[in-house]
Amino acid sequence: MLAMAMFGFGYLLVPLYEKFCEITGIGGRTGGAMVEAELSSEIDHDRTVRVQFVSTVNSALPWRFEPTERFMDVHPGKLYETKYIAYNRADHAVVAQAVPSVSPGRAALFFNKTECFCFTEQLLSPGESRDMPVRFVVDPNLPDRVDLVTLSYIIYKNDEATAVLAAVN
Amino acid sequence: MSQETTAHHDDHHAHHPTGMARWVFSTNHKEIGTMYLIFSLAMFLVGGAMALVIRAELFAPGLQLVNPEFFNQMTTMHALVMIFGAVMPAFVGLANWMVPLMIGAPDMALPRMNNWSFWILPFAFTLLLMTLFMPSGGPASGWTLYPPLSLQGGNSLAFVILAIHLMGISSIMGAINIIATILNMRAPGMTLLRMPLFVWTWLITAFLLIAVMPVLAGAVTMLLTDRFFGTSFFNAAGGGDPVLYQHIFWFFGHPEVYILILPAFGIVSEIIPTFSRKRLFGYTSMVYATASIAFLSFIVWAHHMFTVGMPLGAMLFFMYATMVIAVPTGVKIFNWIATMWRGSMSFETPMLFALGFVVLFTIGGLSGLMLAIVPANFQYHDTYFVVAHFHYVLVTGAVFAIMAAVYYWLPKWTGHMYNEKLGKIHFWWSTIWVNVLFFPQHYLGLAGMPRRIPDYAVQFTEFNMISSIGGFMYGFGQLLFVYIIWQCVRGGETANAQVWEGARGLEWTVPSPAPLHTFDTPPLVDDSVAVHKDNLS
Amino acid sequence: MKRTNELIVALAVLAVITVITWGVFAVGDNMPRGVTPYSQDVYQLHNTILAIVTVIGVLVFTAMFTSIVVHRRSKGYEPARFSHSTKAEVIWTSIPILILVVMAVPATRVLIDMEDSGGAEMNIKITGYQWLWRYEYLEDEISFFSALDRASNQARQIGSGINPRDVDNYLLEVDNRLVVPVNTRIRFLLTADDVIHSWWVPDLGWKRDAIPGMVNEAWTYIMEEGVYRGQCAELCGKDHGFMPIVVEAVSREEYDAWVASQRQGMADAAHDAARLWTRDELMDRGANVYQAQCAACHQPDGSGLEPAFPALARNGAPTGELNSHLDVVMHGREGTAMTGFGSRLEPQDIAAALTYTRNAWSEEEGEVVQPATIAELNQG
Repeated sequence: MLAMAMFGFGYLLVPLYEKFCEITGIGGRTGGAMVEAELSSEIDHDRTVRVQFVSTVNSALPWRFEPTERFMDVHPGKLYETKYIAYNRADHAVVAQAVPSVSPGRAALFFNKTECFCFTEQLLSPGESRDMPVRFVVDPNLPDRVDLVTLSYIIYKNDEATAVLAAVN
Repeated sequence: MSQETTAHHDDHHAHHPTGMARWVFSTNHKEIGTMYLIFSLAMFLVGGAMALVIRAELFAPGLQLVNPEFFNQMTTMHALVMIFGAVMPAFVGLANWMVPLMIGAPDMALPRMNNWSFWILPFAFTLLLMTLFMPSGGPASGWTLYPPLSLQGGNSLAFVILAIHLMGISSIMGAINIIATILNMRAPGMTLLRMPLFVWTWLITAFLLIAVMPVLAGAVTMLLTDRFFGTSFFNAAGGGDPVLYQHIFWFFGHPEVYILILPAFGIVSEIIPTFSRKRLFGYTSMVYATASIAFLSFIVWAHHMFTVGMPLGAMLFFMYATMVIAVPTGVKIFNWIATMWRGSMSFETPMLFALGFVVLFTIGGLSGLMLAIVPANFQYHDTYFVVAHFHYVLVTGAVFAIMAAVYYWLPKWTGHMYNEKLGKIHFWWSTIWVNVLFFPQHYLGLAGMPRRIPDYAVQFTEFNMISSIGGFMYGFGQLLFVYIIWQCVRGGETANAQVWEGARGLEWTVPSPAPLHTFDTPPLVDDSVAVHKDNLS
Repeated sequence: MKRTNELIVALAVLAVITVITWGVFAVGDNMPRGVTPYSQDVYQLHNTILAIVTVIGVLVFTAMFTSIVVHRRSKGYEPARFSHSTKAEVIWTSIPILILVVMAVPATRVLIDMEDSGGAEMNIKITGYQWLWRYEYLEDEISFFSALDRASNQARQIGSGINPRDVDNYLLEVDNRLVVPVNTRIRFLLTADDVIHSWWVPDLGWKRDAIPGMVNEAWTYIMEEGVYRGQCAELCGKDHGFMPIVVEAVSREEYDAWVASQRQGMADAAHDAARLWTRDELMDRGANVYQAQCAACHQPDGSGLEPAFPALARNGAPTGELNSHLDVVMHGREGTAMTGFGSRLEPQDIAAALTYTRNAWSEEEGEVVQPATIAELNQG
């Protein structure tokens, strides 16, 4: 009986862990997009935080994927927008999705995105390119020692969706 | 009293098949215990052979004997076979033989399940070992099977996972049986706090097993579905997280480490008082120390993965919790020494192995304490320092304790004394070479040699050579152990019921060899029979 | 009594072994002191803790061996009857707790320092691949791969006939070193493309896992110029033992010069990708690229390791036709260890490697692939 319970517990650890990561920002996990109206914080004009944009393309994905800006100096509390550009250099349509991550991990809780393309499937036809916007606010409660926050996207091919697409065509 | 009771024979006991059937259908705790022990010895030799392949390849820089894929399969299989095939079945075998004898029970509580839990094992290990002969080869991602690496392998992963499930089922059934036996079948008067420490440590170990083996089963099942059924628990591309596996695995893995060592504590706590001719010092605190080690084992798992990038708070918590384990472990070691203190010691082979255990396990424990220090762990982690550490606690810890137990109880099992001279040679041979084998690995790790590499930079050559020589000497020395056991089973000086002058406890009240059925009429236990008593003036 | 003598001798041997080994442990091949403030803190910490545990060990073993020597039956020692002492047990519970606190305080301080990555002057992204590293200098916009150097790679093959002792820095040399300036606070971002790797240079004082799907962070501040070597520390498959790390710490000026030369190199590379190459040029470059990128699996002679890693040439002829070969090299093959190199290598590297594999083991002249072809493919 206990054995069954513990087997179940093993599986229970999965959502527990995810919730835990979301709350604590372990692994640089950030939640999904927030609603802009929820942001009501004051803008802190005295403080400047550098936000760094990084991209990684998994080697199975025949795309280019780059931030348009490498850095942005921002005031906490203010809403900013930047873009990533994706380009499909394969001779067939490919579906991909991006996994976001914020470093340092303890900054993840204070980096709020109001618009992002995280985890959503992106389809690009051969040779197509697309601008992918990110809107974000750095929470003024960001710990003082943090002067640089890295927003990183790792983009992966979605094998299943790409295969389905190929079958349809 | 029990000499008479063993003469009783119920009718259903009279029917007894012979030949193979006797063993295949056996529900007798002593026969099943024997099978467990023989199985474990066989696996010890198989796993040892794999270790020798590893040490042979590492004798000199450059690849000479095996290619890196096969090397990785050897390190993986060596660990799986030694942990699940050699050490755990040996402890279960000892529990099968000795727990009923020590608590005055006629047999295990669930004898048919007992038969099952043993007979699953040969099949599980056939499945596991046959993967070595498959086109895609055996598992090569380390015994921890970390994804995504473990998911890159071929179809043999499915066989490995099935084998792990079977081992898990076997262990859980064995554990349930042991708990049921200890809680329900104690002889009148054998209160919990009169139980021998070996029984206590096994009771606690059995609870650990039931709690964590299913977690392992869950983790590997997730691997299975990730690999073959398109789920993404650990696949980053699908939104999964490889670190999650490590958390789940070590939630099993750390208690597992204590599953491999708590019964060893119990064995040593039996042997040292016997040969010191003095009662165990601090019996109650030993029980509490064991229980607190078991509890702490559930909250320290992440110390196996400090380098994955955890928040500061989590690292500090796991560091402190890990360091705290040193306290109950220290209590145990001090209690053993206090037991010896002003005793009247003699040094037969079981005592030698038990003393070797105390010294060498302490070295392993102290290096474990070093590993708990997170900033330094960023250097030690995944190096030969770690390899040295866990071989000190598992080989000179768990394996030495098992050997001590075998020498200690062998006369009870066979009715003959083993060859004392050869036993002593076996001890000294093993102790010297095992240190030659593992001690230099500390230096290798500190000097920067990562673990699980088939080839190394030339500055690591000398220590690797020394270590390999130690490995071969130690390894071949174990054939002497096999010979001593064989010789003792065949014949030798007749052992009496008491066997050891200073031994106490119910198992020494039955004749040697212990008849197939013992304690059909439960013995009466009072303080004069109890092995350990704390409040003796 | 003869038996007792034997025993005493044996115990003495054990004691001597223990003492000597602990002694060597303390003064011998110890952890490197390293060249960063953090590594030196860790070194201090390591030595302190090692000293503490050695003292504990010596005390415990002294008590035990005293008892073994004195309280033995062969000397007619009668056993005492005590089996409990609350006082003793309280003492040996509380003293270890105090010792642990003494150890925990400096450990906590050093750890807090390590985890504070603020104030970075430059950022380098490290990506682990099977089985090489990629370094991206985020400010200087330089990016390259770093793999085991060719000499080590040849010597490490079974039956290579090359003595590893004759190879400089066997297994600890790479083709492209990570060049960094000294006295600069450098922040590293670590991730991986395929499986988990771990980036470790002992002289910097830490290792940190590079994990697919997440970005880890660490920092360093190197105080002395020099070359510092390390290895991947997390089992990452077959060639886990063959993906070294070499950090070359240089002065600010040298670093700036190096950055300039890299920029020039990148400009040259762009030019190279466009121009036409001779067969010999491609074969030369191809041999290098092949040894660094392909030989680990497909073997230096292209014979592969069936069934996981197919042969590229059999009986002196390339297996398979060029178009499919090209496609697999560019995009990888799903469900196998073959990843796509289209985004990983320069067009001229891919063209050279293809030309090399189609010609190196063949009796007849095989196809030549021009970098421009690959560059066009890349354009879509």
